This record gives sequence, structure tokens and C-alpha cells, in this order.
Amino acid sequence: MALSSLFADTGDVWPHLLQYVLPEALGNTLLLASGVALLTMLLGVSLAWFVATCEFPGRRFFNWALLLPMAMPGYVLGFALAAFFEYTGPVQGTWRRLFGDSAPFPDVGAAGASILTLGLVLYPYVYLITRQAFATQGVRALEVAQSCGLSPWRGFRRVALPMARPWIAAGTGLAIMECLADFGTVQLYNYTTFTTAIYRAWYGLFSLNSALQLSLVLVILVLCALLLERRFRGRAQFTAGGRVNPHRLRLSRGRRLAISCYCGAVLFIAFGLPASLIVGWSIDSFAAEFDARYWQFAANSLALASLAAATIGGVALLLAFATRYAPGRVNAALARVATLGYAIPGTVLAVGFFVPVAAASRWLNESPLVSGNGVIALQSGLTVVMLAYLARYLAVAHGPLDSALLRVRSSVEDAARGMGVAGLGLLRRVHLPILKPAIVTALLLVFVDVMKELPITLMTRPFGWDTLAVRVFQLTTEGEWERAALPALAIVLAGLVPVMLLSRRND
Amino acid sequence: MLEISELGHRYTDAPVLDDVSLTLAAGRIGCILGPSGCGKTTLLRCIAGFERIEHGEISADGVLLSSANLHVPPEQRRIGMVFQDYALLPHLSAAENVAFALHGRPRRDSRVLALRMLQRVGLERFAERYPHELSGGQQQRVALARALAPEPRLLLMDEPFSNLDVGLRHNLGHEVRELLGQLGTTALVAMHDHHDAFALADDVGVLRRGRLLQWDSAYRLYHRPADRFVADFVGKGVWLEGRVSSASEVETELGAIGGRMDEGLPAGTPVDVLLRPDDVVHDDDSPLQAEVISKQFKGSEFLYELRTASGARLLSSVPSHHDHPVGRPIGIRLQAEHIVVFRRD
Repeated sequence: MALSSLFADTGDVWPHLLQYVLPEALGNTLLLASGVALLTMLLGVSLAWFVATCEFPGRRFFNWALLLPMAMPGYVLGFALAAFFEYTGPVQGTWRRLFGDSAPFPDVGAAGASILTLGLVLYPYVYLITRQAFATQGVRALEVAQSCGLSPWRGFRRVALPMARPWIAAGTGLAIMECLADFGTVQLYNYTTFTTAIYRAWYGLFSLNSALQLSLVLVILVLCALLLERRFRGRAQFTAGGRVNPHRLRLSRGRRLAISCYCGAVLFIAFGLPASLIVGWSIDSFAAEFDARYWQFAANSLALASLAAATIGGVALLLAFATRYAPGRVNAALARVATLGYAIPGTVLAVGFFVPVAAASRWLNESPLVSGNGVIALQSGLTVVMLAYLARYLAVAHGPLDSALLRVRSSVEDAARGMGVAGLGLLRRVHLPILKPAIVTALLLVFVDVMKELPITLMTRPFGWDTLAVRVFQLTTEGEWERAALPALAIVLAGLVPVMLLSRRND
Repeated sequence: MLEISELGHRYTDAPVLDDVSLTLAAGRIGCILGPSGCGKTTLLRCIAGFERIEHGEISADGVLLSSANLHVPPEQRRIGMVFQDYALLPHLSAAENVAFALHGRPRRDSRVLALRMLQRVGLERFAERYPHELSGGQQQRVALARALAPEPRLLLMDEPFSNLDVGLRHNLGHEVRELLGQLGTTALVAMHDHHDAFALADDVGVLRRGRLLQWDSAYRLYHRPADRFVADFVGKGVWLEGRVSSASEVETELGAIGGRMDEGLPAGTPVDVLLRPDDVVHDDDSPLQAEVISKQFKGSEFLYELRTASGARLLSSVPSHHDHPVGRPIGIRLQAEHIVVFRRD
């Protein structure tokens, strides 16, 4: 879709984009991506190492709790931190009281704020994947190094770290992809990246084609990150495996406490502080804010998310069955392409689906078949939203379903057939019971992702169809932090569900 | 030379090692034998310095390495270790893995030494291969080369043959013994198979639930076990009830068994006598007859399971051209040069 834009007529807007928007967006996006990559690596690897190989107070708690920031969409953490650190916020107030009004408060700028926020919500990707690597081979790697006469610190640098490189790269690749897809956070800090530039080209300049062209550049960046992730993930699987090593490093009391403090500090800034701010504001603003409209926002969110979950779950199930019972290159390739969409930023998908669907609806209206029967406006209905959701979240549902279906070995089916169970009976009595947990997981994951999703919903939702996420976006754009807290709280609570699923699976 | 005295170690609750003492002279190969979970890996980890000890002392070449209040870090012990899973570094080639243990020397020297070491284990042609391109036996040799390259004062091997098939085990065991002999390396190996242990080691100890039951030569362990568990663990055999009749004779249901006895038990003491398959000799002319219950063909011999008229079960190892059908009686003779007896409780 985006490819077609290359040949499209963009009028006068493209030179403007090329001169003013593109260099800034490209520079900012690259800076953001490298900053977030660095920060997620630093946080993710250090936390994973401590939790996987060291013994310190609270380790079992931090083991799962450090995943909590995943529940917090970047734009929610972003506005909570912004409100906390802004000029009229509590931190700067205290600062002025302590050091006087003229003392300059350190300013990280829009770039720094975006990197910090996204780094804090995205480090769990690196943490989750690297922790597994360190748990199976970290201590052993250190022991090998020590038996070869290396000190523990040199052993970490020369053995444990290089051995975990594929996992670290895979996790960082995921984080970079998410960072390139982010819209809400950078829009909040007014930091121009590709996603916000696309949004502005769409809403500010009303130029679909320039939005498409910007999308194309962004897709190329994303594919680079995807390639990185795929390449290293393949290798990681190759060398993965082995049992979790039960031995842990024993450290001095001071170091144990320092590690606990470090983990606690990260968790506090990334989750504890924003969560308590949001809860506090929600309580304060509850009486004033909570009214019938909220039920409407919540109902919209729930309706969109349920519809998306059902649609995407169904398609994913079909896809999983298709690749299993009609194996072949075509279906395998189809599955691979279909699940690639999770890498494509929501803004790109919104633009990419809007254009052809709008064209199709125009064509339909002009055709003699429907003319006179009123206007069919596909692009203003749920079609575009659902198509874009489907493209983005199909992989999320496909993953658990596919791996669960792999567990139904063909010998099990043969055995069932041998006992006279076949056809629909086989599906009902064998497949469904085995697949049930995976189906629930798939539906839940899609549901929560759609609840949190911002750019697709914002750009392609039916007119007047405001959701909780859209509400948070609108309020934070106006700087109404406290009023945004209530819908944000609902989103974070929903986001906790997949985190709990994830931490339970890893116990 | 390795000396361990009264070593005690515990994880959070139960003691894992309890009062373990042994001495391994320089240049000898020792083996710790025991079922899984007996503490043999923990013993190696204590010697290597990966675990602290609560009680006792560990010293090598007269240098104290571990005690209740002293712990030399593993990287300063000069003890080589071959891990059970070999633990080769997957991102380094075979030669780089060996050279890794020679860090601190000039790069070229360590490379030359690494290649020389790989040559000793017969892998010079595989120096540039990565671990996943090597077979299990080859990985094992790389791990051995890496552990031996820095000329450690002691080599530890944890279940070195457990991931290999039987034929390879035998060959590799032989090669390892030869190599260690040439280098004059003192080595301590943890194992669970007594065949492997007897083929490799000079001194063998049996560890059970953290206690070292006996530390002795392989021959003495088999023929003069200090404990019923040791007797059962290091070879096949059956126990027969009996009563001491003199200093060199025990009366059993199969008649008197004569031979030297270590324990000076008074006449009339009720005892259990150990009869190894090689103590029960097949003799067509013998008046003592036993029925064949089952048999296993082992190539050069048969292992017969027999039942005597009085109901006693025996195992007998018989040259393989004596092929008797199951259910038929054969003549046997009890011929023990030295008899192993334990007082019956």
C-alpha cells in the first residue's frame, strides 16, 4: 500500500516535507531509537543479570514485578512523569523552595523525556528475554571463567555477556520496533518523529500522499529493526536450552542491599510512582469527572476491543489450522507475511488501509449497482479500524494458538480416529479442549492491546467514537493531567492482565 | 596432591557433605563414585571453590584453599574443571576455547599452546570448528584440553562420560588415563558407574548421602568392601545367611565357605556372606546342584541366576561355552579366596 505512494501525485506538499519535516523526523527518530536501545539494554541486561544469577532481598518479588511497567502505555507513564516534573509540579516546587527561584532545574528536553519514558516502559522486553538466557547459562559461564582463572567481573564481561548477545539483541530489536511504532509518548512531549509527522501530514496538511510517503520511510526503518530481531532470535534458539542453574552468586551484604535498592528504584520510577499518581488523581477527580460519558468511553473501548479480539482470534485460528492441514510454501509464506504486521507502526497501518478502502467505497458508490441507495462510506465505519487492528495484532493471537496446535501431535489425532472420533467430533473433543487455554490467552492479549492502542483508534475510528485511550490523549494534549488519570487507570488495570499471564508462565 | 579433612558442607537445610576426608597423592587419578544426589558434584564444587565450606579443610600441594574461615576464590586456585555439560563457550572456536584458559599470556603464545593441547587430545584438525559443529566426544576433548592447558595443580571432572555412548566411553576413558599419566596430572573424577571408575582410577571412594564410606584402591573396594552399600554398589553379588564357625570359615546352608576373613568375629556370630558371581564356579562334577532360573549372555561369559535346593539364590559367572538351558540343574562350587562378611543385625 505504501509502495503505491511512490508514484502518487503529492502536489506542493512534498517539497515542504522534504525540506522541513523529513530531516527533523529522521534525525529525531534515529536519536530516539538509539537512545531507547541503549537505555533498554542498560536496564534490561543489568536487571536480568541480578534477578537471574544473584541472591538478594526481594529477588522473588522483583522477578515478576519488574515486568509491571509493560502494563503502562508510554503515553500514560509519559503524562504522569511530565506532571510530576513540570514547572508547577511537586518536584520543581520543592527544588525552588530548597535552592531559590533562580536555580535552574535540569532540563532533559523533549528528546530526553521521550527516551527516558520509552526506555522505562520498553526495558521489560530485554529483561524478559535476557533473564531466560542468564538463568540457564549465566552462573555456569561465570564458573567456567573462574575455573580458567578470570575474576568474576572479567568473567561477566568476557563470557556471560558475549554468550547472551543473541538474546540481548533480540530483546533490543523488539524494543526498537515498539519505539519506532510509538505515537502517544512522542506526541505528548511534542517531539517530531515519523509517527507524529505522519499524523500531522494527515490531520494538519490533509495530505494523504505525503503521509504515505513518510510511512514508507518509517517502514524501511522498522524492517531494519525486524531483520535484526529475526536474525538474532534464530541464533538464540539454536544455542538456547539447558536447565535453569540452581546455584546463585552469593554477594556481600552491602552489594545485596545495593542491588535491591537499584531494582526498587527502577520499579518505583517506571511503575510505583506513576501508578500511585494516577490512582491519587483518579480519586481526587472522580467526583467531578465520573459521569455517564465515562460509561460511554468505557463501552466504546470494550466494544472495539471485544470485536477486534473476536475477529482477530478467529482469523488467527483459521490461519493456524490452514498452515497445519494444508502445509506448503504458499500457506507458510502467507502466515509469515500475515504475522509481520505487528512490526508496522499503527500510524502507517491507519494511513495504509484508509486509502484503498476509501477508494473502494468511492468506486462502489459510483458503480450502478448501489447508486441511489444512499452513500456507502466504508472508510467512516469500522472497516478500516478492524483491518488495521487485524494487521497489527494478528501475530499476537497467532503466536499462542500456533504453539498450542503444535502440541496436538498427529499421533494424537490418529489415536482419536482409531477410537472412532473424527470430523467435528475430533475438533470438539480433541482440539478445542487442548487449545482452550491458548484461545483465552490470544483473545485476552488482543483485547488488552486494543484497549491500550492509540494511533489506529485515533486516526480511523468512526466519528465521535471516543475510547478511553483517545480520551487520555485528548486530555493530556490539553495538559489536563489530573482529569486524564481516571481513563488512564482503567487502561493500566487492563494492561496488568497480560503481565500476570506472562509472569505466571515464567515461574 | 589433594588433601581433604573432615569436610562439611550444607545448603540451607540438610547437610550435603558430612565429615569427608581423603588424600590423593600427586599424579594419581581418584574417583568419587556414588548414586545421583549423593553429593559428589558438590564435593567437586567445594574443591574448585564454587562453594564455601562450613567445616574441615581442603588443601592442594600443601596450600590451604578452603576452611571454615578461609576461602581462596576459584580463579586463584589453579584447579582445572571439566563440567558435566562441558560448558564450552558457544561463541568461541575449539582453539579459542582452549586459549581462553591461557589468558594473560601473549596472544600468539596462547594460540600455539592451545593448538599443541588440541593436538594432544587428537583434535588438531578441528581447531577452527565451533562447539555446535563438534560431536559429544569431541566437545569432551576440547573441554579436557581447556582444563589441562594452564597446567593446573589438580584436574576435576564431573561425570565426564555420562553424555557419551558406551563404546566411546571406553576409548575415551583409556585415552584420558594415558594423557593424565603423560602429563603427571593429579585428577579427581566424579562418576556413577563403577565400570568406568575401575577403568580410569587408581583410588576410588564411594559417597552416599554426603558420607564417604570407603576410600581405597579399586581392587580392595571390590573384594574388601567396608560397608554393605559399597559392596552392592561396586558390583553384582548375593548375600547368604551364615554363622561364623572358625577364624577362616563360615557355615551356610550351602555348606562351609572357607577363606580369609578380615573381621575377627567370634565363632557363632550370625553374619551375611557376600558371594560375587566369580565366587560361584561352575563344576559339572560337583555334588552341589542349582537350577538355572535365568541367564544373560555377555559374550565371553554367561551370567547365570541360580536357585539351590534349599531355596538360596546365587549369581554365577560361567565361561560362555557352557550353555545350559533354563530350568535345568548345573553343578557349582563355592570358591572364595577371601570372604566378605558383615554381622547380621
